[in-house]
Amino acid sequence: MALTKDQVKKVAKLANLPLSEEEITKFEGQLSETLKFIEELEQVNTENIEATPQVTGLSNITRSDETEPSLTQQEALQNAHSKEGNYFKVKAIFEGE
Amino acid sequence: MDLYKLTIKQAVEGLKKKEFSSEEITKSCLERIKTLEHKLNAFVTTLEEDAIKAAQRADEQIASGVEKVFLGVPFAIKDNFCTKGIRTTASSKLLDDFISPYDATVISKLKDAGIVILGKTNMDAWAHGSSTETSDYGSTKNPWNTDFLPGGSSGGSAAAISADQAIGSIGSETAGSIRQPASWCGVVGLKPTYGRVSRYGVIAMGSSLDCPGPIAKTVEDSALVLNVLAGVDKYDATSSPKEVEDYLKNLNNKIDGLTIGVSDDYFTGIEGEVKQKVEEALKQFEKMGARVKRIKLFDPKYAIAVYTILQRAEVSSNLARYDGIRYGFGRDKFGEEAKRRIMLGTYVLSAGYYDAYYSKAQKVRTVIVQDFDKAFKEVDVIIGPTSPTPALPVGASKNSSMFGELADILVEPSTIAGLPGISVPCGFTRNGLPVGMQIIGPQFSESQILNVAFRYEQATDWHLKKPDL
Repeated sequence: MALTKDQVKKVAKLANLPLSEEEITKFEGQLSETLKFIEELEQVNTENIEATPQVTGLSNITRSDETEPSLTQQEALQNAHSKEGNYFKVKAIFEGE
Repeated sequence: MDLYKLTIKQAVEGLKKKEFSSEEITKSCLERIKTLEHKLNAFVTTLEEDAIKAAQRADEQIASGVEKVFLGVPFAIKDNFCTKGIRTTASSKLLDDFISPYDATVISKLKDAGIVILGKTNMDAWAHGSSTETSDYGSTKNPWNTDFLPGGSSGGSAAAISADQAIGSIGSETAGSIRQPASWCGVVGLKPTYGRVSRYGVIAMGSSLDCPGPIAKTVEDSALVLNVLAGVDKYDATSSPKEVEDYLKNLNNKIDGLTIGVSDDYFTGIEGEVKQKVEEALKQFEKMGARVKRIKLFDPKYAIAVYTILQRAEVSSNLARYDGIRYGFGRDKFGEEAKRRIMLGTYVLSAGYYDAYYSKAQKVRTVIVQDFDKAFKEVDVIIGPTSPTPALPVGASKNSSMFGELADILVEPSTIAGLPGISVPCGFTRNGLPVGMQIIGPQFSESQILNVAFRYEQATDWHLKKPDL
């Protein structure tokens, strides 16, 4: 199954990945190549087989809903490249208000 | 005395007996790092003053009688473990200036045990690889021959241990990233059962697969480290509440009557010398009273597809958080390999394809789990080569867009099933490159695979050989 340029662009948008035209062309080929490999799985009979999302057998591991110390505001902000005061600064989402 | 040559066990004993200080052994390692780094490039970040200060603090504690399992012992940490106040990059320029505000659980545990952190070791960026060549900070080289790769993704840790730049180290494995570089660098790599060691604070790759674990000079050192790392963690909902055993207890048990499973598929398409060394090792096991039994396992080729889908899908989700807002640079700073994996992962999870790929892969995962369950009714452990080849030359990873996943065919099935596996040296090729053998067991059988590995190690002298640096 080969991917089209449009499919690659759509996936890049979903993945929030900025790709150049060159990269898009490259990925067209590479993703198609990888898909060929994984299409082999169709040979395996999985009728009546349940999926295994993870192998621990654990589920619903919870803790009581109590607050406990976390990062300080300073720690949380220490790696931000764009901040103002005690806020992370990001591009405007709502325009023209 | 070349203190950098010591094992963890020897370092602990020597420090206790006051034969040398933590400052001395730490400085010895730092000197070794300085001497070799231009050849090996095993470290992304080396701590000089901080390591010496930590060593001095350890010495004060030792003097006042404080007892901690690894008090004063210098360790190298793979750069995907968050280390508080220390730069953590996962070998990606995207995190070039990220200073972690917290410690991963395994780091807290190791610090409580008293280690001195020497630095953060190089890896394939985001752990996406089996060569360390995809690091944004240059490839690490194999200490046995610097024209060759150390393997990956924990190549920096494996090289650092092999070259005696550190006394102990930790790495992580999603499919081979502990075992394979250990085999290419001639050291011991232990991937515990999934869930045995907490993933909290490890920069995530494949959340249903990632396993932190030791890369060490000897099997006993690996057991010592596992004793510290293992245990349930309230910050990791997939960590196992199963009680932690003492992994040293059964180390030296005799292995007469042990049944070793060998599957032909795991010996097909393997480089001749690798096959030969592992077969010689099996003869050694028979001499020690074990029995080798031929078994038929599910063809490992399907594991490649299952692993590729599950891993890349989970990668695409785990790397979504790197949006440059709270930390790190923009997503344009992802390298080619990361982008490739994110793209495929996003595709297999997208509407219309989820069932055909991701769901299907999870069902085949069940088939693989059941296949191993069946095998372990007939045998105690499964043994085979860790990697189809010995270390490959520098540049080898650039050939294929599936290099990592193809190179790891022999370790992917056990990883998908969450089983523990240990790689130990079992010889050298004619060119002097190490060959590794892996021992796989059922879930939570670390005690047994460590025992089998230890008995083999003690009956041979591979672990005493060092690269000529």
